[in-house]
Amino acid sequence: MMSSRFQIILIAMLLAMTGLFFTWYKVVYLGVPLTPHEKRSFFTVTAEVDLKSAGGAGSVILRMPSEQKGIKILEREGESGQFGMTTATLADGRYLQWAKRDFEGSTKLFYKVSLSPDALYEPERVEAGWNMASIVDDTQYWEVSEQAAAATILDEARARSADAVSLTAQLIDMFNNPVPTDAVRELLAKKHETKTSLILALLAHEKIAFRKVRGIPLEDGLKQRRTTTLLEVRDEDKAALFSFKTGRISMPERFFVWYRGNGAIMTTKGIEKAKLRFSVTESKVAATALSEREALRQGSDFLNFSLYTLPATQQNAFKQLLLIPIGALVVVFFRILVGIRTMGTFMPVLFALAFIQTTLISGLMMFFAILSSGLIVRSYLSRLQLLLVARISAVIIVVIAIMSVMSIVSYKLGIDEVLKITFFPMIILSWTIERMSILWEEAGGREAMIQGGGSLIVAIAAFFAMDNSYVRHLTFTFPELLLIVLSLVILIGRYTGYRLSELLRFAPLAHR
Amino acid sequence: MKFTTFGTLRRKGIVGMNYRNIELIGRYNPRSRYPLVDNKLMTKSLATEWGVPVTELYAVIEQQSQVRKLHDILLPYESFVIKPDHGSGGKGIIVISHREGDTFIKTSGEALSLTDLRKHVSNVLSGLYSLGGRYDTAIIEKVVAFDPMFSDFSFEGVPDIRIIVYRGYPVMAMMRCPTRESDGKANLHQGAVGVGIDLRSGAALSAVKHDHPVTHHPDTHHDFLNLKVPQWEAVLTMAASCYEMTGLGYVGADIVFDKNEGALLLELNARPGLAIQIANGRGLRARLDAVDAQKQLRTPQERVQFSMNDLA
Repeated sequence: MMSSRFQIILIAMLLAMTGLFFTWYKVVYLGVPLTPHEKRSFFTVTAEVDLKSAGGAGSVILRMPSEQKGIKILEREGESGQFGMTTATLADGRYLQWAKRDFEGSTKLFYKVSLSPDALYEPERVEAGWNMASIVDDTQYWEVSEQAAAATILDEARARSADAVSLTAQLIDMFNNPVPTDAVRELLAKKHETKTSLILALLAHEKIAFRKVRGIPLEDGLKQRRTTTLLEVRDEDKAALFSFKTGRISMPERFFVWYRGNGAIMTTKGIEKAKLRFSVTESKVAATALSEREALRQGSDFLNFSLYTLPATQQNAFKQLLLIPIGALVVVFFRILVGIRTMGTFMPVLFALAFIQTTLISGLMMFFAILSSGLIVRSYLSRLQLLLVARISAVIIVVIAIMSVMSIVSYKLGIDEVLKITFFPMIILSWTIERMSILWEEAGGREAMIQGGGSLIVAIAAFFAMDNSYVRHLTFTFPELLLIVLSLVILIGRYTGYRLSELLRFAPLAHR
Repeated sequence: MKFTTFGTLRRKGIVGMNYRNIELIGRYNPRSRYPLVDNKLMTKSLATEWGVPVTELYAVIEQQSQVRKLHDILLPYESFVIKPDHGSGGKGIIVISHREGDTFIKTSGEALSLTDLRKHVSNVLSGLYSLGGRYDTAIIEKVVAFDPMFSDFSFEGVPDIRIIVYRGYPVMAMMRCPTRESDGKANLHQGAVGVGIDLRSGAALSAVKHDHPVTHHPDTHHDFLNLKVPQWEAVLTMAASCYEMTGLGYVGADIVFDKNEGALLLELNARPGLAIQIANGRGLRARLDAVDAQKQLRTPQERVQFSMNDLA
């Protein structure tokens, strides 16, 4: 049979470990912020379209970025100027169309996307974009002389690779080699062709499924940038990402993909010249923004059970409720370890809750005003020799009357603070008045002051513990920390040592 | 303000509140036995059953209808005390020292009419003096005749002796002497003087008022060292037998001396305080441990012998 002391320690340890484990898991694996002030980056990516009219009707169709893993799109906004702006959702994605019947001269159009990087974000649907239709047919693309060079390159790459992915890697490597082979040099000499388009043409020739990945790196202050193009190659159901410069890479962090696919990002009609450029600005916002929470929520089944999934009103109620254990812990600490005497065990917690609503100083002033006037009335009531229930009811009525009068008078005087007086728990207040006056009669004013003052000290301490923004954040975001509070309460509950106050109380004994 | 250290308290074997609550009250006082001591009437009848002397019970008034008969009930008594059964801190207690027909004179000299007494009893019944506000019973009992041998050490009140009985063994004792400040009440935190009593002899050891050492009574100015409780062994035996009587392992027995009847059990307390250690100038711990080492079953008399010889 385990001793009860051992059991207590075991239970407390288990509770604390469980609480710590869940907190650790949420912080490390789910990225839940540990402090309320943690900042998150928000980016605004602006697509800027410069247009020069070809005369008459003109229209621009811009591909809109779709949802993607790891980056949450918060807002999309287009600026149309004098153009009409419409959106369309087609099978291969969403488009934005600007159009104007008689377009003269030149103009600028904008399309802004604000987004926040979020490692946990998974979109519901990811676009395919493996459509190869737009890739030029190789029989028309290659001239006879080039066909031989292309074949040589592909033969060489094929010989040194095993599958689509390694072949692509080999091709990119060959084109980036500072000392290229003759065949590569010959193809590069071909007019108007870049490494990128040559590699793509060779891949198409080899019937390798690929798609271009065009995006913008999320760097603050980026201006007038073209998209960065990456290459994704599919081999059966696996896909590999390549950079045309460095070969195989993994998805860069903070890279906002505008479009995955081989089509054009922008197409125009009746426009002489169109230029698409991107700019990026970064801003820091506190992580506690609700949208952020929602992103977290969608990210994990575990967080699906978080309090953040409740409706806002209930959330607020729980924010208050979850602070009460902290207040209770303060009471336990002060009564058992310090040895401060209070009136009513948890009365200080309730007053601390009221102080949170009213702010400390004005709360204390109101508290003293109600308490002292209540005590005066109560001392008269005690001369009437009423029965307990009637007496307390009378005190409650008087307390409400005092509160009403204080509110009206101070409101007329322009002190709005006092209106918060309704946050005081008046039943508790009435009981406090009752207890205090009984204590006064039975044990004298000194004892009443000691216990009243003790209650106030504990209430103020509980207020500071509960009003702390870190504590508020931690209790609500990590309710499992309550298990640690519970284990502390259990441990303190079995503390048989001396109270701090006993160092003073038994001092005369120690010096004899 | 002078502070001591945890180490000093431990070395001196002082028992703190947390230790008392968990290791003494929590461990040895079963909840079910509390009514025996919280209810004065039950304590009284239980004590009578066990042959422990208590103040004589005159009458019990349980219903408002009996209040009308108060005159008849009080008729045979020249002096009496009216107290609520569940009262605490001396609230609602009226002591009538003598009467002139239907006028009743309190110890303070104040005169009360029969109507006043009826009103008071009625208030007691409706729970005016019981803390929870529940309906209560009024007890009418004999007044303790103040024994003049303690008159040097008391101001306008009856001193009582508090004996802590741990698992049947008296482990510490003190006398509580009313002062002007305590308003004649034997209540330490109201300013009564606590005098530590030697377990072996019943003689005074040291005295404290508001937790600070005193040598003389603040009002009568007599030296407490001259105080000695008579019939000490009998008093201890009376306290020790409360263990069998109540089944409470940590109990405080309050005993008063009546001029004519000697030691009487006034009341029992299932949560006796720790100020007794200050009055005695020593901690309880060593004595509790010595009692814990006793394994054999003993009669109250044998336990008192042990306490007198081995604990003092």
